[in-house]
Amino acid sequence: MAVVSTPATLERAVPVMDNAEVQRIRNDFPVLDQLVNGRPLIYLDSGATSQNPLSVIEAEQEFYEQRNAAVHRGAHHLAVEATEAFEDARQTVADFVGADYSEVIWTSNATEGLNLLSYALSNAGLWAAQGRGDARLKELALNPGDEIVVTEMEHHANLIPWQELAFRTGATLRYIPVDDAGSLRMDAAREIVNGRTKLLAFTHASNVLGTINPVTELAALGRQAGALVVLDACQSAPHMPLDVKELDVDFAVFSGHKMLAPTGIGVFYGKQDILDVLPPFLTGGSMITTVTMERAEYLPAPQRFEAGTQRISQAVALAAAVNYLTETGLDRIHRWEAELGQRMVTGLESIPGVRVLGPAAGQDRIGLAAFDVDGVHAHDVGQFLDSRGIAVRVGHHCAQPLHRRLGLTATTRASAYLYNTTDDVDQFLDAVAGVRAYFRA
Amino acid sequence: MSLDQLYQQIILDHSKARHGSGLAGTDAPNGATTGQSHQLNPVCGDEVTLRLAVSEGKVAQVAWDGAGCSISMASASVLTDLAEGMTVAELHEVIDSFREVLRSRGKIHADPDLLGDAAAFEGVARYAARVKCAMISWVAAEDALNQAA
Repeated sequence: MAVVSTPATLERAVPVMDNAEVQRIRNDFPVLDQLVNGRPLIYLDSGATSQNPLSVIEAEQEFYEQRNAAVHRGAHHLAVEATEAFEDARQTVADFVGADYSEVIWTSNATEGLNLLSYALSNAGLWAAQGRGDARLKELALNPGDEIVVTEMEHHANLIPWQELAFRTGATLRYIPVDDAGSLRMDAAREIVNGRTKLLAFTHASNVLGTINPVTELAALGRQAGALVVLDACQSAPHMPLDVKELDVDFAVFSGHKMLAPTGIGVFYGKQDILDVLPPFLTGGSMITTVTMERAEYLPAPQRFEAGTQRISQAVALAAAVNYLTETGLDRIHRWEAELGQRMVTGLESIPGVRVLGPAAGQDRIGLAAFDVDGVHAHDVGQFLDSRGIAVRVGHHCAQPLHRRLGLTATTRASAYLYNTTDDVDQFLDAVAGVRAYFRA
Repeated sequence: MSLDQLYQQIILDHSKARHGSGLAGTDAPNGATTGQSHQLNPVCGDEVTLRLAVSEGKVAQVAWDGAGCSISMASASVLTDLAEGMTVAELHEVIDSFREVLRSRGKIHADPDLLGDAAAFEGVARYAARVKCAMISWVAAEDALNQAA
């Protein structure tokens, strides 16, 4: 196996994870203990959605059994208990990413967080045009001639909301291209991000390539240009230490279901001073101060962006997931997954007819690998692996432009998490090695 | 159900042979009326553009371009062999029957007398995620047939 290169931040004397520890971790995940097509399930699709440990499932169940009530209203005992659990969860998640308590806004998922921002910025333009709200809204508003910059490796969730924002405001959407090895062309980035750039949105780690982007460098480019910097942390928050203040981004989003929590809960982080002036996206109950028949005044963040009854049990369960991850140690998880990622790439590269997307073996990548098998469609690859109990993702992974750039329409992706062993990866590699013969490619 | 029941020999053969593949090099017969349909499965990017020519009430020719998995490509190939020479009514009947089998989740068996080689796709019905792969060229054929006839 190739030597795993380790980011400087991980050069600490922490005991590394090993297969024995992973076996113990697996006991916390009931779903992993089952046969699929007569074989023990090997779950390598955590990049799409992760599995839940018992502590998360029990946290949600405990909430419903003992504390369920609407939050932020009602003076009764359960309402107080529910509100406390809900707001404690916010603090837990804020601590997890280095944010302040009131900078963490609950959403359904990362996609909703990015759409929230996209529409709030449109509203900033509408408000500014009518002299409503804070004077700083004029700076946040986008106008014709302004530019929004994304990258060619974005998930559709961090692309389409910006296409639509450009459409609504007359701004121009531009993108930083990737090179053949799947890295961002930073030389091009320095040209593309300029004085006209009002917003720069990019992913921390690619859900297809496994590339880890130079966030600090990109954020600095955005900062110099005076642009808002938006980080898609879907593939980083669950897998590596993350500090939004240290990275100096204005906004960040991630999804709970990719980090051991249930579906239906996600996080939208924003810097307090911007959130305080940003108009809301969804309006209604729970986010107002005074309402007349003509108009309403809004609460500050986070409530300003949390209209309607919230995902209370899911937030509580997300906090339980965060605790599980923190107790295991994000730096240790990152290191273990990097090792699994290297094992995948090294193994895949040695199989004739298999092309791995993104960084080559020995170069930094997260614990996932997407690949093309010459002469066999990804759907068939996925079906073949499923017959051996191995769950992977097939298709364009919500990144059509990136696939087009790489000359492909669909690929197969294996993505690991803290509950995968090296044996999982080896069995996956063994199965991939049999694909072309089966389909006579 | 085993993988071999899904990927029957006949499906693997047709996925390579791809009868009818190649729109550009195939002119529709003189005097025939044609219909053409493009179908896309946004989930996986499978794509088929199928042209169907009808002459004197019968399917004179099927030609298509496509990219996709072995199930979708084999299905288009089998359809081509089956459809050519059929009357418009016969092809409609076959398409209806194929759809009924594929959407039955394995409850309805294929009639080999009616569906011929297409009966090999019966196993696909048990794989909900793959039904669209098998159906894509048939949906295109139905659309093209309605235009041509």
